[in-house]
Amino acid sequence: MGEALAGFWDTYQSTVGYVGLNALLALSVYTSLSCGQLALGSSGFAALGAYAAALLTVQAHWPFPLVLLVALILPAAVAVPLGLPALRLHGVFLAIATIAFGEVVRIGLVNWDYVHGAQGIVAIPQEASVWMIWLALLLALLLLSRLRGSRWGFALEAVREDEPAARTLGIATTRYKLAMLVAGAALAGLAGALEAHFTFMVAPSGFTFGRVVEMLVFAVVGGTQRAWGPVLGAAFLTVLPEALREVAPRVGLEPGPLRLMVNGLVLLAVILFLPAGLASLPQRLRERRAAGRGA
Amino acid sequence: MQQVINGLFLGSIYALFALGYTLVFGVLDILNLAHAAVFMLASFAALVLVTRLHLPILLALPLAMLFAGLLGMVLERVAFRPLRARGDSNVAGLISSLAVATVFEAVALEVWGPNVERFPFGTLPAEDPAHQLHLLGAVISRLQLTIMGVAVVLVLLLTYLVRRTRLGREVRAVAESPRAARVLGVDVDRVIAASFFISSALGGAAGVLYGLAFNSISPDMGRSVELKGLAVIIVGGMGSMPGAVIAGFALGLTEVLVVAHLGGSYRDAVSFAGLFLILVLRPRGLLGAASLREA
Amino acid sequence: MSALRLEAVERTFGGVRAVDGASFAVGPGEVHGLIGPNGAGKTSVLNLVSGLLAPTAGRILLEGRPVHGLPPHRVAALGVARTFQNIRLFPELSARDNVVVGQHLRRRGASLAARLLALPSSRAEERAAREAAGALLGRVGLSERADEEARHLSYGEQRRVEIARALASDPRLLLLDEPTAGMNPGEVGAVATLIRGAAEGGRSVLLVEHNVRLVMEVCDRITVLDFGKVIAEGAPAEVARDPAVVAAYLGATP
Repeated sequence: MGEALAGFWDTYQSTVGYVGLNALLALSVYTSLSCGQLALGSSGFAALGAYAAALLTVQAHWPFPLVLLVALILPAAVAVPLGLPALRLHGVFLAIATIAFGEVVRIGLVNWDYVHGAQGIVAIPQEASVWMIWLALLLALLLLSRLRGSRWGFALEAVREDEPAARTLGIATTRYKLAMLVAGAALAGLAGALEAHFTFMVAPSGFTFGRVVEMLVFAVVGGTQRAWGPVLGAAFLTVLPEALREVAPRVGLEPGPLRLMVNGLVLLAVILFLPAGLASLPQRLRERRAAGRGA
Repeated sequence: MQQVINGLFLGSIYALFALGYTLVFGVLDILNLAHAAVFMLASFAALVLVTRLHLPILLALPLAMLFAGLLGMVLERVAFRPLRARGDSNVAGLISSLAVATVFEAVALEVWGPNVERFPFGTLPAEDPAHQLHLLGAVISRLQLTIMGVAVVLVLLLTYLVRRTRLGREVRAVAESPRAARVLGVDVDRVIAASFFISSALGGAAGVLYGLAFNSISPDMGRSVELKGLAVIIVGGMGSMPGAVIAGFALGLTEVLVVAHLGGSYRDAVSFAGLFLILVLRPRGLLGAASLREA
Repeated sequence: MSALRLEAVERTFGGVRAVDGASFAVGPGEVHGLIGPNGAGKTSVLNLVSGLLAPTAGRILLEGRPVHGLPPHRVAALGVARTFQNIRLFPELSARDNVVVGQHLRRRGASLAARLLALPSSRAEERAAREAAGALLGRVGLSERADEEARHLSYGEQRRVEIARALASDPRLLLLDEPTAGMNPGEVGAVATLIRGAAEGGRSVLLVEHNVRLVMEVCDRITVLDFGKVIAEGAPAEVARDPAVVAAYLGATP
């Protein structure tokens, strides 16, 4: 039994690591979604954290905890001057502005010779273990979930539901939106740094528009009502393709396209039929059953 | 001057693509993120028509446009219509269209693989130096002329459609207020379906022309154009058709000039930084009609 | 000193003067009615006072302090709360949670450390907030429906929750925008009692209403608007007799 577990772990530990990383990234988008803001700058923030961390480790040989601290703080600091003008925008306009930010960061990195442009930085020592990733994730989850029921948490929900009404109740909405953007930036930066030290490399190609869209998909599929929704979404959509990798040849399809297709179909199904995400499934089933009985 | 011609040439394709984007946004207040995927699939469709059925390109283009238009109607039916009753239909529609775009991309990947395809030699009549157009010291190739010509014709057709026909009036009415239009007896569902058909047909045309212009068709060709199209319609003003056209040409010119004077890699960064600035300073864009729809 | 004073306030939209040189005052502890035909600018006045709009001219003073041009959350922090003509509850939150949001300005919240470690003090604070919200809902007669999602409540119930939410911050000035629209006479009576109760203890109420009988009953003074201008101000009985007011409502030229 012990041997089977050890074998399982050997094969799948990297997947577990990726689930953790994707969950952190999904949470970085969730923080803004929780107050109704579609801010998609996480790929840019993750890139900042990842590259800063990689440089500090490889060039300056800083101790890892300090590196992680910088990866948290740098993107958070950048998020402030970015957020102040950007958060005046709503809906798709905010999304586009933040996407533009992410692209500017990525293109800047592609063109920066010091970090080897498109090739990126390689041979980063593996300082981040699966345990570390999940510890970070659990801490983030703890912090975010403790917001519920607090003055802060209620303010966030109010901003999400109806921002002008929230303002008439004395809630300084810009402050809360900015705080959540900064928190998301910190999480993304942390995830980027951890990923760099887990996969031994960073490259601009890991921080595309497609990547942040993926994070959004994790959050939406999992559900954005509670902090553990995005984690569930990330787990589901990271594990599913791995499972499908086995299935693909039997169905006569390439694994790559099959994974994309399943992602798309799951997302479509969720947005059409289960808009509050997979996390809301138990509640929905309970309501169905209650309605069936009561009707 | 050559740069100007090249810029206008590129810009005509961007303008065509952006027109489709802005048409749907003007009517439904929704960003159709599957527009780029339709763009890509139409290009493949034209390729198939030319290589398998040996149709001349002049016939393949309208057929590909038809195919794209139909795809657009399917998209509307599956991804947008079910969401119309919901309050959050804008963001949900965004995500829904993203899901369908993913599926479309997956299909293309499965059928054609990730590699770049090309139109077979002889699709377009060969360049004949004796018959090229010379204008103020610049050379306009047949290819460029054809593509610009088609683009201009389509833009004019669309303008005529919107200004002079009954359908055009109904589209404008629905864009103004779906509720009022319905009261006035307009079949709103039909108008929306028609808008999607037209929008996607234009996007499809842009796709075919793009594929011809660069002689390169691949499942991810929509990626870069997608973001640029977004930039164009924002700068031009979302919902504004003349804005989309002008901004499309402007982007084409800017890109060519930036490449010529600053070097290729920063081209996109300039567009995105500019996009961010416009969003923050003048979200209405140059000619924007859409307000930011605050609560 | 008046709780609220408008001095020659003007608000233009495009070419339209929604509010045109309006001046009136609301005294401390006074229930002040704001009436007028449709489109007279009443809701615009409330939007101006609550900070959702800034006046294009004129001044708005809250207990002598200028508040025109301040953002809504700052005006709210100075002691103003409001309800909305087309009800703006947070639809997916329960009635109780809506009221808890209303407590934002009064709620201190537990310390960050207590919160993160889920110490009993933070849980006690949460419980206290929820109970206070429940008590307020009781005042408006909705205790049993406290945990229903706001969007599942009836129209009349939603209006009452909105009032409770507005009272939750213990405002000095309460702005009510047609709180009895769509209510039956019984519910209207309950709201009248609520309004009178709210004004006890020095709180002022500015009440925009179409229900003229209610206005006559509860208000100490009334201001009448027409086309954005103040055409009458005074005690209910006087205003009711004013020929300009009668003309405005009946549409006859004076």
